[in-house]
Order: sequence, then C-alpha cells, then structure tokens
Amino acid sequence: MKFGIVVFPGTNCERDTAAAVEIAGGQAELVWHADDSPLQRFDGLILPGGFAHGDALRAGAIARFSAVMPRVMELAQTGRPVVGICNGFQVLVECGLLPGALLRNDSLQFRAEWVHCRVEVSAPPLTEGIPVGTLLYMPVAHGMGNYCEDERSPLGGETLVALRYCDANGDAAAAANPNGSAGNIAGIVRGNVFGLMPHPERAVSPLLGSVDGLALFKSLTRSLVAA
Amino acid sequence: MIAEPPRDLIGQYGITLAEFDRILSLLRREPNELELALFGAMWSEHCCYKSSRRLLGALPKEAPQVLVRAGEENAGVVDVGEGWAIAMKIESHNHPSAVEPYQGAATGVGGIVRDVFTMGARPIALLNSLRFGFPDEPRSRYLLARVVAGIGDYGNCLGIPTVGGEVFFHDSYSGNPLVNAMCVGLLRHEDLVRSAASGEGNVLLLLGNATGRDGIHGATFASANLDGDGLDRRPNVQVGSPFLEKLLIEACLELLEKDLLVGLQDLGAAGLTSSSVEAASRAGSGVELEVTAVSRSETHMTPLEIMLSESQERMLAVVEPDRVPEVRAVLERWGLRSDAIGRVIAEPLVRVCEEGQVRAEVPVAALTDGAPAYDWPAMPGPLAGPASLPTDPLELLAHPNICSKRWVYRQYDQTVQASTVATADADAALVLLPGGRRAIALCTDGNARGDDPYLAGALAVCEAARNVSCTGARPWALTNCLNFGSPERPQGSWELRRAIHGLAAAAQALDIPVISGNVSLYNEASEGGARGAAAVAVTAVLPTPVVGMLGLLDDVERRGSIAFKAAADLVVLLGPATGPLDLGLEARVQKACRDAIGRGLLNSAHDCSDGGLLVTLAESCILGSVGATLEPELDYLDESPSRIVVSLSPERLPELRAMATGLPLTILGRVGGDRLRIPRVCDLSVEEMRDAWQHGLERFL
Repeated sequence: MKFGIVVFPGTNCERDTAAAVEIAGGQAELVWHADDSPLQRFDGLILPGGFAHGDALRAGAIARFSAVMPRVMELAQTGRPVVGICNGFQVLVECGLLPGALLRNDSLQFRAEWVHCRVEVSAPPLTEGIPVGTLLYMPVAHGMGNYCEDERSPLGGETLVALRYCDANGDAAAAANPNGSAGNIAGIVRGNVFGLMPHPERAVSPLLGSVDGLALFKSLTRSLVAA
Repeated sequence: MIAEPPRDLIGQYGITLAEFDRILSLLRREPNELELALFGAMWSEHCCYKSSRRLLGALPKEAPQVLVRAGEENAGVVDVGEGWAIAMKIESHNHPSAVEPYQGAATGVGGIVRDVFTMGARPIALLNSLRFGFPDEPRSRYLLARVVAGIGDYGNCLGIPTVGGEVFFHDSYSGNPLVNAMCVGLLRHEDLVRSAASGEGNVLLLLGNATGRDGIHGATFASANLDGDGLDRRPNVQVGSPFLEKLLIEACLELLEKDLLVGLQDLGAAGLTSSSVEAASRAGSGVELEVTAVSRSETHMTPLEIMLSESQERMLAVVEPDRVPEVRAVLERWGLRSDAIGRVIAEPLVRVCEEGQVRAEVPVAALTDGAPAYDWPAMPGPLAGPASLPTDPLELLAHPNICSKRWVYRQYDQTVQASTVATADADAALVLLPGGRRAIALCTDGNARGDDPYLAGALAVCEAARNVSCTGARPWALTNCLNFGSPERPQGSWELRRAIHGLAAAAQALDIPVISGNVSLYNEASEGGARGAAAVAVTAVLPTPVVGMLGLLDDVERRGSIAFKAAADLVVLLGPATGPLDLGLEARVQKACRDAIGRGLLNSAHDCSDGGLLVTLAESCILGSVGATLEPELDYLDESPSRIVVSLSPERLPELRAMATGLPLTILGRVGGDRLRIPRVCDLSVEEMRDAWQHGLERFL
C-alpha cells in the first residue's frame, strides 16, 4: 500500500513521515504542492508537519490554495485515509476537511515537549486496534495548536475527539495541556480524515524515547489491508 | 576613477589612518569611496581577524579525520566514518542581538546554517550559547525572552532540531549580551562542495532574497564597541525570513545533488563584497560584478549600498554558462529568484561595474592577504569573576546559572528529523547517524569561572570534552567562538591571548582538532553613555571563549546518561576530590569514563562543574527520580575540574577500578530512597529539589 506525502514549500517533516510509514510496512512517495494530477494511485495521503509558506497569514492559510488541494479533497471523498500531522492538521482545518480552528498557543510561545495523549476513539484510520484509554507518549512542537471548536459543526456529531492531552495517569488535566486547546484536544477524526498536533513520526523507536507513534502508523497501514 | 581623496571618510568605513596608508601603498593610488568601503568591510575584524589572526595560529588544526581545515572554507569538515562527514561551525551575533534581540538572534541562526549547507551538508542540529545580564534586571529578561524567541522561530521553521546549548547570566553582559549559534551538518564525502569561484567565464548567480539597505556596515558595526549610539543602530540589523532560508537550503542541496554548481558561497557579513572576494580568493581568480543586475528591494541604491548590504537569505553560486538554464529551472520550482550578476575573470581583481562603467577595481589579494594583522600590547588586569553561588542547597539548585533551562529549550523544536536520542538536560545531545547504530554527541561550553582567561579557554575545552565523554562518545573535533572586549585595551588583548593559549593547550592535550571558529571582539558597553553624553565607564564582557564539541559514539545502545537508574547502585567519583586543572589527568579521567560506558559498566555518568558535586548529584537524582545517600565529608560545592560522578552495580566495581588504574576514585555512597542525604550538607526530597531546579528561571520571568 502506498501513501502520498504532500510537500508544500516550508514543509519540514516529510522525510520523517515517509520513514515512519516505511517502518510500519507501507510505502511512501512525496507529492509536490504544485502538482494537480489525480492522486488515485495512492491508498491514502498524509499532510506532514512544517511551516507551509512560512505560516504567513495563519498556519495553513495559504497552503489550502495549492494546486494539489482539490486533489486531496477528491481523494478524501473516496473514503481513503487523509491524515494531517501538526501543520498538516492546520491545513486540513483551513481547507474545511476538518472543523474548527487552531489558534496560537495560550502561552504565546512555541511549545516543544513530550506529552501523553489519551486515545478517545478506537477506529480507523489511525487508532484502530488501539483501545480507548490507551496513553500514547509523543512529542509536540508547534506555535499554533490551540484547538478551538466550530459551533456550526460541534464535536460529537460526525467529528469526534480522537486524542486528548493528559498527564501520566491519564487525567486530561489543565497542567497537561501544552497549548490551551479546548477540552485538551490533541487530535480529531471525521470519518476517514484525521488531524493531530503531536508528531507520531518522531516516536517510532525506543532510541527516540517512544514507539507509541509507530502504533498509529501501524493502525493506518493495517486499516488499508483490511479495506 | 574619482580622484577626490576620501580621507575624511575613512573613519566611516572603520579604516584607521595607518590602514589608509597601507591601502595607498597596495593600490599605488588613492581609492575612491566604493573601494574604500570594500577595504573597510574586508579589513574589519569580523572578516579578516586582524587582531586575532596571529594568535589563532596557536590552535591545533591538524588530525587525520579533518577533511576541511579551519579557515579554509565556510565551515570545517571532519570524517565520521562509513563515508559520512560532519560540517560544523559556531558564530557570534552579539552586536545585532544587543540592538534588536529577536532579529539579531534569528539572523545569527540563519547565517550559521548557510555556512554549513554551503559545504553541501544537510543541517541536522543547532546549538546555542547565550550570555545575559542577571535576570533581575528588566532589560536582561527582555533580551533573554526575545533572543530565545528569535532562535526558536528561525530554527523551528527550518526543521532543524535545536538539541543543546547553555545560558549563563552575569552583570558584565548587561549591555552586551552574547548570542553564539552553532550548526552541524551531515554530508557524504563525495558531496563536499568548495566555494571557489573558478573557471574563467563562469556565471555568478545571486540566489534568494532581494538586496536592500538592511545591515549596511554590519561587519564594521560588529567590530566596534556598543555605545549609546550603538542602540540607535537598528538599521544595521538585518531582518530574517526562515521560510526563504528553508527554500534556499532545499534548492541548493538539490542543485548540488544534480551536480549543477561549480562553487557555492553564502552571503554573510559584508554581503556581496566578502562573498565574491572570498570566492575569488579561494580560486586565485577574479570577479566582475554588475550591480544593476542585482534585484533590489529598495529604490535608488548606490553601488556601495548594494555591495555592502547584508540582506539575509542570499547565496552566490558559480555556474558554467551552459548549465544556467537547468539551474534556473530548479530555482523556479522552489520559487526562488536568481540574478546573473557577474562572471569569473582571469585577472585576480574585483571589478564592480554600474551599467558597464567600472566603479571600483581592486586586486583580490589586496583585500585578503593585504589585510593588516595586529599584535596589540597586552597587560594583565583584574577580572570581576562571577558573583558567588548561594550555599543553601535549594537556593543553589534554583539559581539561574544552575537550574534547568526548560523555560528556554521548550521553545526549541528538539525532535524534528526524528534522530534526537538525548537533548536538553543531558551532558551532551546525541543525534543518530544514518543507519541508526552510531550517533554524534554535541554540546557547547563556556566557562567564565576562572579569574584567569587561560583557565577560561582551557576549561571550556575540558568541560565540553568531558560532557561528550559522559555520553560515551569520543571527542572528535571542536569549533570555537571567542567573545572578548576591545583588543585595543592592553587588558583586552591580554585576555584574548591568554584564552587562546588555554584553549590551544587543552585541545592539544585532549587531542581534539579545532576545525572552525569565529572571533567577536569589542563586546563592551558604555554605562550611561547615551547619545551626546560622555560615557561614564566602559564595561567589557568577562572573557568568554565558547567551545562547540563534536563527539562520536560507535554504539548508541551503549550510551551514558545523567539519571541514576537502580537502587543500591554505588555512586562513585571518578577524578580528584579537589585540585587544580591538570590536563593529563583530565584526559585520563575522560578516557576511563568512555571506556567504562563502552564496556557497559556504568548506569549513569554526569560531569561535575558549576555548583560542584552537590548539583551533579542532585541532577542525577532529579532526572532518575530516585534518591541517594552519600557518606564522605567532602566540600560538595568545590568546582574543581576533571571529575565525573558515575553509578554502577556494586559487582562491577572491580572492573571499574581496573580500568581506572592510577586515577583517583572515591566511593561516595549508594542510590536509593527518595531523598538526597549528604551528611552536614543536605537531606532533601527529590521532589523539592525538582521543584527548585525546574522552576528556578521561571521565577524571574
């Protein structure tokens, strides 16, 4: 199974993400933002982290107008998984594939630290086979990760909270929230579209401090085998 | 040529009367203003090291692993085995950061990153070494906050992890903070690029940003004291765009991978002037430039302004004429501008034209080899030395110079590139090499404790090497940044000289080549010296030699870390209980530690430095979340060098003793419980120590 990794000018996690897909048993190919050819050759897409267009205006605000984006939306409509990590999550929110907005961190500072996230949904594409309540240990690194709900499309309908920041005991405490996001939200899922702020591709080996991110990539490749 | 003698202008370009006479004899005529400006830039301390060049000859630069020696190119390069090489350099951006801390620090990162990818290396790690006035002063807090934000925003956007560094506070840095940034890049041996502008007729392509008036005279600004006027010199500070830099990195690495370039050179201090002169000098050729071909961001720029602009995110590529279309195609894909601004010529001249009219013509050698070199008179003088540390254990752990710098490093992305094994709160960071079995160890260290600059230089090397050794890695190469006051004061000259001697002696004793470096002089601020008022007193920074160290770890599974691991482990001091610096002993202690880690004997290893054994032990407890009970009555605040605190299972002790034959070795106690107990010193819970240590800096901010 093959994943397209979408690269915008300023994306900087494409190689790490491709490597993680490969460790999980998938294949990865980079897709350039100016490429408007169909993406049907891919079984799924990942929008990786970085600073597309230098976060000008707002993170993801310019990337959503890239030539590749209509093709991304098209593929999402086929039901194939589309995952946005960090800046990729911001792009998915900007283009409307996911509801809500990602505001500046409440500290007004960039936050780079390891966090625990509690799995809230055990379902494809990213958390299938990972029981609800499982704690995942992964790094965050962002300046705009403060998730804000869209009242017109409230969570709990077709969009679900998939990951919440929590402490080592699994409590979604305020002190465990790195950016002030509503309800400690770290990731959300709407059907086959998943967005998360933490970086699972940086938690794929005991040497890096955790293998919990790999569990998400394995779920992703597994969900394709099943489909 | 303009015949008007510009003697009245020489001060403006940082040229002394004696230097002007030197220019006259080199040119055998009077220079015009543009030519004078070229000399001013190229002969600034920043570009030609005129006050330090002779002294730097003392540093050991040769070793079998060195591929590019210090001073040869934009960064030094060493072999790290299996066909891989590391390019690295540390550089100061002190003066711009004093004036505009956010942009000053950000562009400091941008500049050092360009120095590294110019070599054909992909940047894989950043470090920084920062000095500020004590954080009880509001301006020091402001400078700290803005410098950290500037470093973070730039490096984070580039996707290069900031894996280590240090922050130190002392009143001598109040008016003149120090911002030293280090970049480490990875490359295959065969991909090493030279910056030489060779091949007559080859095209000079200027890539990246448009050229504006920002940073004009930056090199001469950096080579003068900061007085009341200095703070009004915001136009001398450049503005950075990390986004553009990221595009430049990717585009240049793609051009190099496709073998489309003859040479590549970044534009740093003194902009187009120094980059074209250096590229020509390295090839023994000349360059002819047409300033009107340079894309400008402002109107009515003069040739002089274009030649001296320090607009950021620009690169100079040397390209064979028939490859230009291919090069442009790559650049266009990345949305980058490229201007054909000149060509390589056979005569060893820098010729600057404006619409075809020659505006300046100077022999390359006059600008480079012709630069003066000074031996300033040196005389010892008293040094302030840092304020003493508190003796109360909790106050000590919470002191800004001792406590965790979490407030700083959590603003830096440390994990991008998914290769960071150890980072902040480690003696040295560990970054995986391709393949995932081997790693490099990285750290920066400066030491302003000694009241002797010789010790400051020697201890910076020793501590950096010791930190790297505590991970199990062999010190492999170092880069250095020498931050001093004016060399024109006898004491300043003495401080610089002594520190370089100390640095050289330690590097020699520990067998570590110096592969790159930077000198920042005139780090002085005048108190009360507001514009127009007479300066009251000049404060120079403490002599601050900073060392960036690279180590090589063959098996990352066998690595040392600070944290105590297992209850009942023995805590052992490797090295003397106290004593002066002995470089031979230092080398043997470090080797014993590395060998013991390599054999899997040790469960932890932690360097002993600021705050003595007490801080070392407390950190091992805090990071291991376990206590320890110590027995001997020692001076636990003593900061003597050459000491490492290790822990190990008791049955491995005979092996450690055998390995450390002839070295002082003291059994301090045992790991266990949830308190650090030291007779007559402290009995504290790990949690209260953690609270003091982790939030020490935040209490000020």
